[in-house]
Amino acid sequence: MITLDNVHKTFGTNAVLQGVNLRVPKASSMVVIGGSGTGKSVLIKSVLGLVTPDSGTITVDGQDITTTDRDAFLARFGMLFQGAALFDSLPVWQNVAFRLLRGSLKRPKPEARDIAIDKLRRVGLAADVADRLPAELSGGMQKRVGLARAIAANPEIIFFDEPTTGLDPIMSSVINDLIREIVTEMGVTAITITHDMTSVRAIADNVAMLHAGKIRWTGPVEEMTEAGDPYVDQFINGRANGPIETVR
Amino acid sequence: MIALLASIGAATLGVLAAIGRLAIFTGQTISHLFRPPFYAREFGTAVLQIGYFSLPVVGLTALFTGGALALQIYAGGARFSAEAVVPQIVAIGMVRELGPVLVGLMIAARVTSSIAAEIATMKVTEQIDALVTLSTHPMKYLTLPRVLAATLVMPFLVAVGDIIGIYGGFLVGTERLGFNAAAYLQNTADFLTRIDIISSLVKGAVFGFIAALMGCYYGMNSDRGAMGVGRATKSSVQAAAILILIANFLLTGVFFSA
Repeated sequence: MITLDNVHKTFGTNAVLQGVNLRVPKASSMVVIGGSGTGKSVLIKSVLGLVTPDSGTITVDGQDITTTDRDAFLARFGMLFQGAALFDSLPVWQNVAFRLLRGSLKRPKPEARDIAIDKLRRVGLAADVADRLPAELSGGMQKRVGLARAIAANPEIIFFDEPTTGLDPIMSSVINDLIREIVTEMGVTAITITHDMTSVRAIADNVAMLHAGKIRWTGPVEEMTEAGDPYVDQFINGRANGPIETVR
Repeated sequence: MIALLASIGAATLGVLAAIGRLAIFTGQTISHLFRPPFYAREFGTAVLQIGYFSLPVVGLTALFTGGALALQIYAGGARFSAEAVVPQIVAIGMVRELGPVLVGLMIAARVTSSIAAEIATMKVTEQIDALVTLSTHPMKYLTLPRVLAATLVMPFLVAVGDIIGIYGGFLVGTERLGFNAAAYLQNTADFLTRIDIISSLVKGAVFGFIAALMGCYYGMNSDRGAMGVGRATKSSVQAAAILILIANFLLTGVFFSA
């Protein structure tokens, strides 16, 4: 269970998170929706410790993240970044096996490579991709490699930041299905950030809408269309008119 | 008047804050040297990038500088019948000053800019965040190997620069100015002292440390976007060049003030 209690974060004069409260049950898939610049990425980066909240408490399985052993804590996580964030100088297999080549999860190089190739296959990439450099791959392939890296060390918790941004509809569908399969198959706790309502319906067990620095609505994905909240209604239907200002 | 004082105060506080941030960054970098893990592969790559691949630019710079120095000293010395001191002045000029300073500035141009652009791009594309989520400390993985490599290889680069610079002067002296080759080399060897060579190598190590540290510092603190990467790269080279020249002045004072 991931819990955020009254989390605040301000950058300069921009109060991005203004008292976020959120519960993500273990082995469930939570999708956070909301307009651009509403702090969705800041929210998951706060859980990972990449951003330090100004106030509030974040716990994972009841343990305050500020009091845990950092390496052991991060070893439980996998993350797919918006632009995949692959390391340009390393071949694909070393990107996937990055965590398995160093630190507490270090394995012998041949074993790490075998695991990397296995994970690449899991996300639909052939073994011959393993020795290419990230720059030689298409955007969709880079996202898949990022996904393979996120699951390489069999994490308990995976975060997906805009997994389908910049991809064509077919590739988006492939990535959505992969994420759903991986979450179900591995029994992980997942938080996904997206604007893409097709992704929301494909990936989510639960949905939370972040607006004006707070969770505006949260509930099961099946109840999203009947939420009765004008902000949620405007967002999921993509209407220009409504309570959410279109000029921000 | 109050507005003027306020702006001076704000500027002073800004400078002090920047010095403080840089001091903390430097301390953190050095502290990682004594805390495992140490990434040997990244260190080896940095040694190749900073040391081996800088040899051509260092060699060419030193060769032509040494040659030009010989021509200048010969022409200037002729005004008071001191043409014969060309070997000695080329040697002392290259080893004490021009070798370390020019190699330092070349490394600032070639290596500092490259490090800053690379790390800034990694920051903009979230690769630094990715490193953290993969349980790898960016200072340990990116900064320490580069700073350590630059500090250790720069004395070798300076030594190569010194030798090639003296050789440039030797070529001009013997092929154009009519010096006897054996006498030129003998005068060079006789004139240089141990402290000249030690100061050159120490300057190299300090300049290497500054050059790589500035690249890493500005890269890690880059703003977003292409403009942020460009600004980080430009600022890193400016800061490295200025700090190298200041450090050169201070070290010259330390070694030769008596």
